[in-house]
Amino acid sequence: MRGLLMLALAGVIVFALAGAVAELPAYGRPNPTHNLVYERYVEAGVRETGAVNVVTQIIVDYRAYDTLIETTVLFAAIASVLLLNRAVRKDGGRHG
Amino acid sequence: MDDIILREISLIVIPFIQMYGLYIILHGHLSPGGGFAGGMVLGLSMVLFVLVHGAERTLKKISHDAATVVESLGTAWYIVIGLVGMAKGATFLMNQGAGINVGTPGQLLSSGLILLITAGVGVKVASTILTLFMALIEEDH
Repeated sequence: MRGLLMLALAGVIVFALAGAVAELPAYGRPNPTHNLVYERYVEAGVRETGAVNVVTQIIVDYRAYDTLIETTVLFAAIASVLLLNRAVRKDGGRHG
Repeated sequence: MDDIILREISLIVIPFIQMYGLYIILHGHLSPGGGFAGGMVLGLSMVLFVLVHGAERTLKKISHDAATVVESLGTAWYIVIGLVGMAKGATFLMNQGAGINVGTPGQLLSSGLILLITAGVGVKVASTILTLFMALIEEDH
Protein backbone atom coordinates (compact mmCIF):
# COMPACT_ATOMS: atom_id res chain seq x y z
CA MET A 1 0.00 0.00 0.00
CA ARG A 2 2.71 2.41 1.03
CA GLY A 3 4.90 1.43 -1.92
CA LEU A 4 1.97 2.04 -4.26
CA LEU A 5 1.48 5.50 -2.75
CA MET A 6 5.16 6.30 -3.25
CA LEU A 7 4.98 5.12 -6.83
CA ALA A 8 1.94 7.34 -7.51
CA LEU A 9 3.70 10.33 -5.90
CA ALA A 10 6.85 9.73 -7.98
CA GLY A 11 4.66 9.53 -11.08
CA VAL A 12 3.06 12.89 -10.29
CA ILE A 13 6.48 14.51 -9.75
CA VAL A 14 7.88 13.04 -12.98
CA PHE A 15 4.81 14.26 -14.86
CA ALA A 16 5.19 17.80 -13.44
CA LEU A 17 8.91 17.94 -14.20
CA ALA A 18 8.42 16.60 -17.73
CA GLY A 19 5.74 19.23 -18.30
CA ALA A 20 8.11 21.95 -17.12
CA VAL A 21 10.86 20.71 -19.45
CA ALA A 22 8.44 20.59 -22.38
CA GLU A 23 7.66 24.28 -21.81
CA LEU A 24 11.33 25.30 -22.11
CA PRO A 25 12.44 26.96 -25.37
CA ALA A 26 14.25 24.60 -27.72
CA TYR A 27 18.00 24.34 -27.37
CA GLY A 28 19.77 27.11 -29.29
CA ARG A 29 16.61 29.14 -29.87
CA PRO A 30 16.58 32.70 -28.52
CA ASN A 31 15.32 32.80 -24.97
CA PRO A 32 13.26 35.97 -24.45
CA THR A 33 13.55 36.25 -20.65
CA HIS A 34 17.29 35.85 -20.64
CA ASN A 35 18.07 38.23 -23.48
CA LEU A 36 15.78 41.04 -22.36
CA VAL A 37 17.44 41.29 -18.95
CA TYR A 38 20.90 41.08 -20.47
CA GLU A 39 20.18 43.80 -23.04
CA ARG A 40 18.70 46.09 -20.42
CA TYR A 41 21.77 45.84 -18.19
CA VAL A 42 24.23 46.38 -21.03
CA GLU A 43 22.37 49.21 -22.74
CA ALA A 44 20.90 51.20 -19.86
CA GLY A 45 23.19 50.21 -16.99
CA VAL A 46 25.68 53.07 -17.19
CA ARG A 47 22.96 55.69 -17.67
CA GLU A 48 20.79 54.33 -14.86
CA THR A 49 23.47 53.83 -12.21
CA GLY A 50 26.43 56.04 -13.14
CA ALA A 51 28.83 53.14 -12.53
CA VAL A 52 30.96 51.78 -15.38
CA ASN A 53 31.61 48.41 -13.70
CA VAL A 54 28.74 46.12 -14.71
CA VAL A 55 29.22 43.78 -11.75
CA THR A 56 28.88 46.69 -9.31
CA GLN A 57 25.88 48.01 -11.24
CA ILE A 58 24.10 44.73 -10.69
CA ILE A 59 25.11 43.83 -7.13
CA VAL A 60 24.84 47.31 -5.56
CA ASP A 61 22.04 48.85 -7.64
CA TYR A 62 19.74 46.43 -9.47
CA ARG A 63 20.27 43.67 -6.88
CA ALA A 64 20.92 45.88 -3.85
CA TYR A 65 18.45 43.91 -1.70
CA ASP A 66 20.51 40.78 -2.27
CA THR A 67 23.70 42.52 -1.15
CA LEU A 68 21.94 43.95 1.91
CA ILE A 69 20.88 40.49 3.05
CA GLU A 70 24.36 39.19 2.25
CA THR A 71 25.80 41.82 4.60
CA THR A 72 23.26 40.78 7.22
CA VAL A 73 24.41 37.17 6.89
CA LEU A 74 27.99 38.26 7.64
CA PHE A 75 26.69 40.22 10.63
CA ALA A 76 24.73 37.23 11.95
CA ALA A 77 27.75 34.96 11.53
CA ILE A 78 30.10 37.23 13.45
CA ALA A 79 27.49 37.87 16.16
CA SER A 80 27.00 34.14 16.75
CA VAL A 81 30.77 33.50 16.87
CA LEU A 82 31.22 36.23 19.49
CA LEU A 83 28.20 35.00 21.44
CA LEU A 84 29.44 31.40 21.57
CA ASN A 85 32.99 32.52 22.37
CA ARG A 86 31.79 34.63 25.29
CA ALA A 87 29.51 31.88 26.61
CA VAL A 88 32.33 29.32 26.55
CA ARG A 89 34.69 31.70 28.35
CA LYS A 90 32.15 32.49 31.08
CA ASP A 91 31.66 28.77 31.53
CA GLY A 92 35.39 28.25 32.13
CA GLY A 93 35.61 26.31 28.89
CA ARG A 94 34.17 23.16 30.47
CA HIS A 95 31.86 22.41 27.58
CA GLY A 96 34.16 23.95 24.98
CA MET B 1 56.42 35.49 16.36
CA ASP B 2 58.96 37.86 17.86
CA ASP B 3 61.37 38.47 15.05
CA ILE B 4 62.95 41.83 14.21
CA ILE B 5 62.89 41.25 10.45
CA LEU B 6 59.18 40.39 10.48
CA ARG B 7 58.36 43.32 12.72
CA GLU B 8 60.21 45.94 10.66
CA ILE B 9 59.13 44.60 7.25
CA SER B 10 55.48 44.34 8.33
CA LEU B 11 55.49 48.01 9.36
CA ILE B 12 56.69 48.92 5.86
CA VAL B 13 54.33 46.58 3.97
CA ILE B 14 51.07 47.09 5.93
CA PRO B 15 50.46 50.74 4.86
CA PHE B 16 50.78 49.72 1.20
CA ILE B 17 48.34 46.82 1.66
CA GLN B 18 45.85 49.13 3.36
CA MET B 19 46.26 51.73 0.61
CA TYR B 20 45.51 49.04 -1.98
CA GLY B 21 42.46 47.89 0.00
CA LEU B 22 41.10 51.45 0.14
CA TYR B 23 41.79 51.82 -3.59
CA ILE B 24 39.76 48.70 -4.38
CA ILE B 25 36.89 49.88 -2.16
CA LEU B 26 36.77 53.42 -3.58
CA HIS B 27 37.06 52.24 -7.19
CA GLY B 28 34.34 49.60 -6.80
CA HIS B 29 32.12 51.33 -9.37
CA LEU B 30 34.95 51.85 -11.86
CA SER B 31 37.04 48.68 -11.91
CA PRO B 32 36.77 45.06 -10.72
CA GLY B 33 36.56 44.85 -6.95
CA GLY B 34 34.28 46.62 -4.53
CA GLY B 35 33.28 46.48 -0.91
CA PHE B 36 33.74 42.78 -0.25
CA ALA B 37 37.09 42.36 -2.04
CA GLY B 38 38.58 45.63 -0.77
CA GLY B 39 37.36 45.05 2.77
CA MET B 40 39.00 41.63 2.70
CA VAL B 41 42.37 43.15 1.71
CA LEU B 42 42.00 45.80 4.44
CA GLY B 43 41.05 43.16 7.03
CA LEU B 44 43.92 40.86 6.07
CA SER B 45 46.42 43.70 6.53
CA MET B 46 45.23 43.89 10.14
CA VAL B 47 45.44 40.10 10.45
CA LEU B 48 49.09 40.38 9.35
CA PHE B 49 49.63 42.92 12.15
CA VAL B 50 48.08 40.54 14.70
CA LEU B 51 50.23 37.64 13.50
CA VAL B 52 53.48 39.60 13.71
CA HIS B 53 52.92 41.90 16.69
CA GLY B 54 50.57 39.81 18.82
CA ALA B 55 47.01 40.30 20.02
CA GLU B 56 47.87 42.60 22.94
CA ARG B 57 49.45 45.32 20.82
CA THR B 58 46.58 45.12 18.32
CA LEU B 59 43.99 45.58 21.07
CA LYS B 60 45.76 48.81 22.10
CA LYS B 61 45.15 50.16 18.59
CA ILE B 62 41.68 48.70 17.90
CA SER B 63 39.71 47.51 20.92
CA HIS B 64 37.04 44.80 20.78
CA ASP B 65 34.33 47.37 21.37
CA ALA B 66 35.53 49.62 18.53
CA ALA B 67 35.57 46.70 16.08
CA THR B 68 32.09 45.58 17.18
CA VAL B 69 30.67 49.10 16.85
CA VAL B 70 32.15 49.51 13.34
CA GLU B 71 30.73 46.10 12.47
CA SER B 72 27.21 47.04 13.52
CA LEU B 73 27.41 50.53 12.01
CA GLY B 74 28.43 49.04 8.65
CA THR B 75 25.18 47.08 8.45
CA ALA B 76 23.10 50.00 9.77
CA TRP B 77 24.77 52.35 7.27
CA TYR B 78 23.55 50.21 4.36
CA ILE B 79 19.95 50.45 5.60
CA VAL B 80 20.25 54.22 6.22
CA ILE B 81 21.52 54.69 2.66
CA GLY B 82 18.59 52.59 1.46
CA LEU B 83 16.20 54.91 3.29
CA VAL B 84 17.53 57.90 1.31
CA GLY B 85 15.64 56.56 -1.69
CA MET B 86 12.45 56.33 0.35
CA ALA B 87 12.94 59.86 1.73
CA LYS B 88 13.02 61.12 -1.86
CA GLY B 89 9.70 59.45 -2.59
CA ALA B 90 10.89 56.35 -4.45
CA THR B 91 11.43 52.76 -3.25
CA PHE B 92 13.97 51.40 -0.76
CA LEU B 93 17.56 51.40 -2.13
CA MET B 94 16.51 53.30 -5.27
CA ASN B 95 19.48 55.17 -6.72
CA GLN B 96 19.10 57.12 -9.96
CA GLY B 97 15.38 56.44 -10.15
CA ALA B 98 14.90 58.46 -6.96
CA GLY B 99 16.38 61.54 -8.60
CA ILE B 100 19.86 61.23 -7.06
CA ASN B 101 22.56 62.85 -9.16
CA VAL B 102 24.81 60.02 -10.38
CA GLY B 103 27.42 62.35 -11.87
CA THR B 104 29.58 61.60 -14.90
CA PRO B 105 30.17 57.86 -15.39
CA GLY B 106 33.87 57.08 -15.06
CA GLN B 107 34.64 59.78 -12.51
CA LEU B 108 35.71 58.79 -8.99
CA LEU B 109 32.88 60.78 -7.39
CA SER B 110 29.99 59.36 -9.40
CA SER B 111 27.31 56.65 -9.27
CA GLY B 112 25.38 58.22 -6.40
CA LEU B 113 24.58 55.82 -3.58
CA ILE B 114 26.75 52.99 -4.96
CA LEU B 115 29.94 54.68 -3.74
CA LEU B 116 28.52 55.20 -0.23
CA ILE B 117 27.20 51.64 0.03
CA THR B 118 30.50 50.18 -1.18
CA ALA B 119 32.45 52.20 1.39
CA GLY B 120 30.17 50.99 4.18
CA VAL B 121 30.40 47.35 3.10
CA GLY B 122 34.21 47.61 2.82
CA VAL B 123 34.66 48.91 6.37
CA LYS B 124 32.23 46.30 7.64
CA VAL B 125 33.98 43.35 5.96
CA ALA B 126 37.37 44.58 7.23
CA SER B 127 36.13 44.67 10.81
CA THR B 128 34.42 41.29 10.36
CA ILE B 129 37.73 39.68 9.36
CA LEU B 130 39.57 41.29 12.28
CA THR B 131 36.88 40.42 14.85
CA LEU B 132 36.64 36.83 13.67
CA PHE B 133 40.41 36.38 13.71
CA MET B 134 40.75 37.92 17.18
CA ALA B 135 37.94 35.74 18.52
CA LEU B 136 39.62 32.61 17.21
CA ILE B 137 43.19 33.52 18.27
CA GLU B 138 42.14 34.43 21.81
CA GLU B 139 40.47 31.10 22.32
CA ASP B 140 43.88 29.59 23.03
CA HIS B 141 44.71 31.94 25.90
